[in-house]
Amino acid sequence: MKTIWLPLAALTLAGGSALAEEVRVYNWSDYIDEALLEKFEAETGIDLIYDVFDSNEVLETKLLAGGSGYDVVVPTGSFLERQIQAGVFQKLDFSKMPNSANLWDLIKDRTAKYDPGNEYSINYMWGTTGLGVNVGKVKEVLGEDAPINSLDLVFKPENMEKLASCGVMFLDAPAEILPAALKYIGEDPDSKDPEAIAKVEPLLVAVQPYISKFHSSEYINALANGEICVAFGWSGDILQARDRAAEADNGVEIAYNAPKEGALMWFDQMAIPADAPNPEGALKFLNFIMDAENMAAASNYVYYANGNKASQDFLVEDVIGDPAIYPDEATMENLYTTTAPDPKVQRTVTRLWTKIKSGT
Amino acid sequence: MNLRRLTLILVPYLWLMGFFLVPFLIVVKIALSDTAIAIPPYWPVLDLSAGWTGIKEFFSELDFENFVFLTEDSLYWKSYLSSLQIASISTFLTLLVGYPIAYAMAQAPDEWRPTLMMLVILPFWTSFLIRVYSWVGIIANEGLLNQFLLWTGLISEPLQIMNTPTAVYIGIVYTYLPFMILPIYATLEKMDGSLIEAAVDLGCSRGKAFWLVTLPLSRPGMIAGCFLVFIPALGEFVIPSLLGGSQTLMIGKVLWEEFFSNRDWPVAAAVAVVLLMILVIPIMLFQRNQERQEEAGR
Repeated sequence: MKTIWLPLAALTLAGGSALAEEVRVYNWSDYIDEALLEKFEAETGIDLIYDVFDSNEVLETKLLAGGSGYDVVVPTGSFLERQIQAGVFQKLDFSKMPNSANLWDLIKDRTAKYDPGNEYSINYMWGTTGLGVNVGKVKEVLGEDAPINSLDLVFKPENMEKLASCGVMFLDAPAEILPAALKYIGEDPDSKDPEAIAKVEPLLVAVQPYISKFHSSEYINALANGEICVAFGWSGDILQARDRAAEADNGVEIAYNAPKEGALMWFDQMAIPADAPNPEGALKFLNFIMDAENMAAASNYVYYANGNKASQDFLVEDVIGDPAIYPDEATMENLYTTTAPDPKVQRTVTRLWTKIKSGT
Repeated sequence: MNLRRLTLILVPYLWLMGFFLVPFLIVVKIALSDTAIAIPPYWPVLDLSAGWTGIKEFFSELDFENFVFLTEDSLYWKSYLSSLQIASISTFLTLLVGYPIAYAMAQAPDEWRPTLMMLVILPFWTSFLIRVYSWVGIIANEGLLNQFLLWTGLISEPLQIMNTPTAVYIGIVYTYLPFMILPIYATLEKMDGSLIEAAVDLGCSRGKAFWLVTLPLSRPGMIAGCFLVFIPALGEFVIPSLLGGSQTLMIGKVLWEEFFSNRDWPVAAAVAVVLLMILVIPIMLFQRNQERQEEAGR
């Protein structure tokens, strides 16, 4: 839809019409409490146009093509890092965002790896990549001592062979799955060495036949309605599936675990494209999001941790008290992060991913 | 030559220049460039402000590296072949399904025909994406088809259709069926019924008359229909990505990966140029067929 109205909107803007001020936000799907969008419009009088995507690649291509027309976008850390290098973003004017004082230093320290000095972005949410299981079904298939908190669950062919009967989905994102596979075989999860990366091929090829689909958003519903019993996905998405299943009261019990071998920790950062049509409005939006109560409302809704210290007073116990969302110290130490590969390594990774998915 | 005639000829040529040749040259240009971490993510970019030296420098940086790369990895030719196979099989299936429908339409009483025609065209009023997506609801493991079959007791386990090549075939045949029916119907409708009567009078059975008279006479419609299905099916992306599994290798998906995952626009452009080359051959055959048909009709 947006492809149709964007040029139109651009025309009306160029025509200098008396339309209300607009801010265009491009965020991940299922990633905000929609009530917040209305609240922003009511508070500022700015029209908010909110679009969603489900892969970093789609966002990045739009940004690199230039003229995306968005004022706020939400790439993940490792993608943000490369996009900053490409000159996609503008520096943020923190003097116009008083709520930036609410940000959490612990997270800022970590995101500085991607955005040195945190000049271009603010953290929206962060989380881990791990295992979502339909507890009942998995125990039925693998027995009471099923390794639901270990990568053995999805990387051991004998487990996967049995799980195939009740359905397994993996994220269609090599940047998420390959680090886990590297970690599992004892390599550095952030390795850029083609030889190390090649080592995970046999591991993944062996379990591929038992994966029903590689997809980065369908597993939420599939897990919730019992269509699949295991998803290798993002923490909050799986927790949303848990909640949807509980609401539907369909007897499906979902649990999320960050694998005990270590889990990837990622950060979704809000940033303003250099060619944003309304950067002032974008700053207002970022300031609105960094308000402690607003940020808490978003986290309470989507079950992801956020990078906002002040919001923690407003988080419900279900969120702040859940170690799957706000991990305890011990788990925190077990989390690792990854950085952007150069184009050559990226090609190796994509090629390997195609090979794993299609066998060619 | 007078001015009016000139403008008449000029319009389609300008159209082709503006909407085919120029975009194609841009794609070729990108295919000859190298990737870069920048906006846009390739290099060199033509800088006209630098004048003649700028243009010379720009051209000296272009090379065929990306096309050579396509020959080095088996993924590409395997994807092209697999796309050709999927497009051919689904064209054949569409013909098998479409011909009887077109034939029945042509045989139907005159007053029914507009309604039948309407029914064939009607699905176009719904978005293509929604039509493909609704198949997910039908063929998924928990979908309508499996529930019905389980209910009738014909199967005890749900059939795995979703995420298989079968689902891709279903999707393509369903989506492109009207493109097959309409040209065949057009030739069958125009056909002179007395030819069949003559054949029957001369001792042909009904079946033989169909085989010897109707089928050959409807060939131009069949050929037109096949091309109309084959050409878009070859580069299809939406149907395999929504319905097909990860094993379904199609060039449309490879192109997507190059463009989005590798953000290697030059290689993606090279894949597209090769795809176009593969398509140009059937398109030219189609054109020749059209011309011959027109001549025959005169």
